[in-house]
Amino acid sequence: MSKALLYDATMCIGCKQCEVACATENKLPYNDAIAAEQKQSDHKYTAVLTKGDKFMRRLCMNCQDPACASACPVAALRKTPSGPVIYDEGRCMGCRYCMLACPFSVPKYEWGKLLPKVRKCTMCPDRVAAGKQTACAEICPTGATKFGERDDLIAEAQQRIRDNPGQYVKHIYGLSEVGGTSVLLLSSVPFEQFGYPGDMLSEAMPLLTSRVLSKVPDVVTLGGVLLGGIWWITNRRVVVAAAEGSEKRSSAAGSKPGKKVKGIQNEKA
Amino acid sequence: MKKPKFGFWQVVLWFVLLAGGCSLILRFTQGLGATTNLSDEFPWGLWTGFKLFSVALAGGGFTLAAVVHIFNLKRYRPVLRPMILTAFLGYSMFICSLIIDLGRPYRIWHPVVMWNDHSVMFEIAWCVMLYTTVLILEFAPAVLERLGWQRALGWLRGVMVPVVILGVILSTLHQSSLGSLYLIVPGKLYPLWYSPFQPVFFFISALCAGLAMTIFESWHSRKAFGKQLEQSLLVGLGRVLAVGLAFYLAVRLVDLAHRGVFHLLLLPRTETYLFILEIAFLFVPMLLLFRQRIHQNPTALYFCSVLTLLGFVTNRMNVAITGLEASSGTYYFPRWTEISITMSLVAAGFAVFWLAVKYLPVFPPARETAAMPSPVLSAVSDLSHATS
Repeated sequence: MSKALLYDATMCIGCKQCEVACATENKLPYNDAIAAEQKQSDHKYTAVLTKGDKFMRRLCMNCQDPACASACPVAALRKTPSGPVIYDEGRCMGCRYCMLACPFSVPKYEWGKLLPKVRKCTMCPDRVAAGKQTACAEICPTGATKFGERDDLIAEAQQRIRDNPGQYVKHIYGLSEVGGTSVLLLSSVPFEQFGYPGDMLSEAMPLLTSRVLSKVPDVVTLGGVLLGGIWWITNRRVVVAAAEGSEKRSSAAGSKPGKKVKGIQNEKA
Repeated sequence: MKKPKFGFWQVVLWFVLLAGGCSLILRFTQGLGATTNLSDEFPWGLWTGFKLFSVALAGGGFTLAAVVHIFNLKRYRPVLRPMILTAFLGYSMFICSLIIDLGRPYRIWHPVVMWNDHSVMFEIAWCVMLYTTVLILEFAPAVLERLGWQRALGWLRGVMVPVVILGVILSTLHQSSLGSLYLIVPGKLYPLWYSPFQPVFFFISALCAGLAMTIFESWHSRKAFGKQLEQSLLVGLGRVLAVGLAFYLAVRLVDLAHRGVFHLLLLPRTETYLFILEIAFLFVPMLLLFRQRIHQNPTALYFCSVLTLLGFVTNRMNVAITGLEASSGTYYFPRWTEISITMSLVAAGFAVFWLAVKYLPVFPPARETAAMPSPVLSAVSDLSHATS
């Protein structure tokens, strides 16, 4: 079954332990300066955003049907059945279409390097495969980030909203956004305030392009037959015209001047 | 009389190429971050816009190949070669800028063996590979004639029709798929440009850009070599271009109406101004091209082609840059390195075209010489017929 993360912003105390654990897990540098950075980057896969006394995590949503994975021409990005959207840096050629395609603008690039890689949270695929929680969920002291089965977490999130309706925005972010994500969010303030796009499609983004791509075989087949057919007709005309023309030319000098005769000469040359 | 003019343009050419060369060295020694204004917020910039445009210019190649080889309108045969050459150079510029733009250019071959048939970019990669091959085959007769390799010419003639059909299909797919790239960013591309019909717009505009490019090149080639296309042919192309532009603008208008975004045109924003500029660049030549008087005047016809090309440059840059700025929350303007590399690619394109026209039978031989029967000329015309 598919694993997921549930982040409940109302339980978050902004301790940034998840940032530390993430940096350790992904062998990234971490210090006070990086802790102060309020955005995701090639060296910070998750960021705890602060606005007054409100917090919100940003991390890869690990979409159920990810735009990045459908966009990648070499399948360097891939959704695993267990949840994580993983990145194979050995395949990546650096076209950066994933960065454009991602509706949450999550993938980041190592702009400072000569041979850069795409960087993003991959939901600790090795840990998940080993039956463990993600690093951020494991370390979270308040349970604000919780790891589990996606279906269970959805049920739990719905229960929390039912139990404390005044405390939450009546919405589980990631339940239906872009066809659902493996990161689910609960918050007391609108998600847009922390940069989460508000007017997301509820269908998976890859559908937008696959509808068009599915026509490719049709274009090839029908286009080939149609063009071949047109050629057959027009070429037939030329052959017939040439035959008639040569007859006329041999029989009489007063044959029609102009295009047809010119055409024959072309054919013969 | 012509000498000093050439001298000036040669200096410009060398200067642009030199500046581009320096930028190129910087890009490959310092990396993308240090030498471009691209960022996490704005991962695609000027080079992307340039790629979209250089392929649009190639639209004439498959159009004319279909007109001449499939529809058998042999009258347009003299237009074919310059267009195939343009298309080939357009695709070469695309590939060059792709190599420069890719983070790991040495992996450019990866789509050959690493497949993802859900990816528009994958489709583009294959179309570029295959269609560039087709263009080489389509232009090969010009080189083979020059070399006098008759057997290879005969062989090529035998496979030309299937090659042309393949080329038309690949181009149709590729031109439209560049528009499809942007289907996946409904939340990011400004609504004046985001449309589910973007692939169709890209396809129609490539046809128009190709026609405009033909007129543009013929005028320049007359200036440089006295070689050009018959005015009657250019007039014919001008008329088709007028109808093409009218149709394109109508389709865009209908699309805006259906999506109900006309009110955006009242907002005082950069997007509005650049959108109006784009449409104006296309609307003005369309109006002019419908006037009979314009057709009698080669310079006026040329002027219309320049406006049309500017219109499609603006369109591609708007899709690639202007339309994505608002959602990115950042301001992007290309760095001088990005600009100089782009300019040097354009300059190299011009230079190669110039060399090809000079040394290969690209345009039909100049008309003055056509009157006098010379063995050289009859050989040339024999060979140019041999392409059929």
